[in-house]
Amino acid sequence: MTMVFSSSAFCKRETVIKIGINAPLTGDIPKVGEGTKYAAQMWLSDIEKAGGLEVGGQKYKVELVIEDNESKAESAVKANTKMISQDDVLAIVGPQSSKQAVPAGEVANKYKTVMISPWSTNPDTTMDRPFVFRGCFLDPFQGPVVANFITDEFGFTKAAVLYDVASDYPKGLAEVFKDAWENKHGAGSIVAFESFTTKDTDFSSQLTKIIQSGAQVLFTPQYYNEVPLIVKQAQELGWKGPVVGSDSWGSAETVELCGEACYGQFFSSHYAAAGAKGATKDFIDRYNEKYGYIPDDVAALTWDALRLAQQAIQDAGKLTGRIDKDRQAVRDALAKITNFAGITGNMTFTEEGDPVKCAVIVKINDKGEYEFYKSVCP
Amino acid sequence: MESFTDLIPFFIQNFINALQRGSFYAVISIGYSMVYGVLMLFNFAHGDIFMVGTYIGFGIATLFLSLFAGILPGPVIFVGTVVVTMFLASWIGVFVEVAGYRPLRQAPRASAAITGLMIGIIFETGILILLGAKRLSFPPLIESVSYNVGGVYFTNIKVMIIIISLLLMLALHTFIQKTKWGMAMRAMSYDFLAVPLMGVSINIMAPLTFAIGAGLAAVAGILYGQAYPILDPYMGVLIGWKAFVAAILGGRGSIKGAALAGYLLGFIEIFVATIFPSTLRDLIAYSIILLILTFRPRGFFGMEHSTKLRL
Repeated sequence: MTMVFSSSAFCKRETVIKIGINAPLTGDIPKVGEGTKYAAQMWLSDIEKAGGLEVGGQKYKVELVIEDNESKAESAVKANTKMISQDDVLAIVGPQSSKQAVPAGEVANKYKTVMISPWSTNPDTTMDRPFVFRGCFLDPFQGPVVANFITDEFGFTKAAVLYDVASDYPKGLAEVFKDAWENKHGAGSIVAFESFTTKDTDFSSQLTKIIQSGAQVLFTPQYYNEVPLIVKQAQELGWKGPVVGSDSWGSAETVELCGEACYGQFFSSHYAAAGAKGATKDFIDRYNEKYGYIPDDVAALTWDALRLAQQAIQDAGKLTGRIDKDRQAVRDALAKITNFAGITGNMTFTEEGDPVKCAVIVKINDKGEYEFYKSVCP
Repeated sequence: MESFTDLIPFFIQNFINALQRGSFYAVISIGYSMVYGVLMLFNFAHGDIFMVGTYIGFGIATLFLSLFAGILPGPVIFVGTVVVTMFLASWIGVFVEVAGYRPLRQAPRASAAITGLMIGIIFETGILILLGAKRLSFPPLIESVSYNVGGVYFTNIKVMIIIISLLLMLALHTFIQKTKWGMAMRAMSYDFLAVPLMGVSINIMAPLTFAIGAGLAAVAGILYGQAYPILDPYMGVLIGWKAFVAAILGGRGSIKGAALAGYLLGFIEIFVATIFPSTLRDLIAYSIILLILTFRPRGFFGMEHSTKLRL
């Protein structure tokens, strides 16, 4: 493996810190990729303004290596392999969704490079992988949060689930929710557990079954390209109850595509933009000014993940110039971080590299904004 | 399901759902069948022509809405969009024939089939580069109104999709049965080699067939945009495959077979998901179709032409 730390006898030794970004710039969820890229660029411009990243009293130049994973698992693996072996990145931020983060995490761990997935909530991403971390809570936490919220808020006992069986994240979360709900309300309280396959656009037969089943609420942990279709088709087929979602709804585009059909619906998320304060508000205002829209949870989490990486690099004390040694030092520093004040909440890492943090229930208000409704802590 | 009386609206509801689903398969698979009838090849770019047609429809609809919103009523804008989009998309069909398939007319059929796949990829990535990966939302041209008749829910959009699809197929049927062009097309599908000797120019018939197929796909695209308003450069792939299955099931080259099989496919998909767990939908639905083809390998209306079969 060659070093970027291109030391030569003739010129002054210069070390460049490279941070890899593994993002879905094209494919099913390009808005997620865009938020990732913008947040990363904003972070980089802060570093550049400060004249570089200071580690152990010395300032280093920082570069971003942004790779498009096309929202595909195999491309995410390829991107990580390339960034680790060819670009010699010190740490990787991304991939965002579990479908890519789970297989990509395997590569990062194998090559002993720190990877922080800002948005992946599937437990497998970090499980038994000392080099893989994340910036968000887990599905086994999120599922019960949603189940408890629906029970407390509406007092319902019969729920239906509609999810994509061919995607890790919705499938995993749908199953966790089902278990949590049935623990609360007894076996059979999930009256319909219906699925479809990625790229389907017609959910009429599943929704007809769900409506017929007598469910009081529909839980659908889908992404913003499916949520509008599901919500609208359900309403057209006579669904009157609420549709509740998960953090995958948090994209800036969900409401843009869904329109008024989504007003008044709830979902669990990592942060709520409307009514934010302090550092979170600063981030939102700066992002909005620069890119012209309110950042979604992906952008906020990416920001936090990059700042975590930054702190870990700084905590490592010094950079030796030997990439494998430095990667190990960054990993050890990251695992020790406690009470990190992120804009999506305070974080302390568990053994597995998962942060302990609170979830937010967001209500889409009648202006189409994501409004803070409730905070649920572990 | 509590009782038998609940089953009837449930059944009718699914029946309407299946009619809508089947309409898309039917209209798109006709494009496959027509091209096969005339040129003896399956145009695998057809699903992507449908996608491009939807994007053209999106562009025209957005343009018309920006010019005439509030001046003209929605249905007038809708009809205008359909007409203009059909016209533009048919040129896409002509382009595909002239640039993609014509140079390969004497080449082995496998080359032509691969060309279709490549044209599809060019369209997908072309749209991706031109418009970016951002999802577009097809503007609603006709305001959706929901009706509830005895527990069966449907919208005016659903009714419109079903009726327009049927009208399109009826118009095509009339064209093929009653006009000289139609007669030439029928003759060509009957004997691909002899008909050009009778003075029917294949250089006119082939692009015409492609144009009609693309025009139909574009109208299907606009209707699709009204029913499922999220646009995606890869939206044509899956529906293209399924429409291709319908074209085979109906009998290669048979237009009424394609239409019928399209509806059948819609019904099988919807009712399999209704009766069985939806996770098993495609597995069971396509096993049923495989089973039908085992017993009717030529499809419903497939003709016996073993000697001319080139793909």
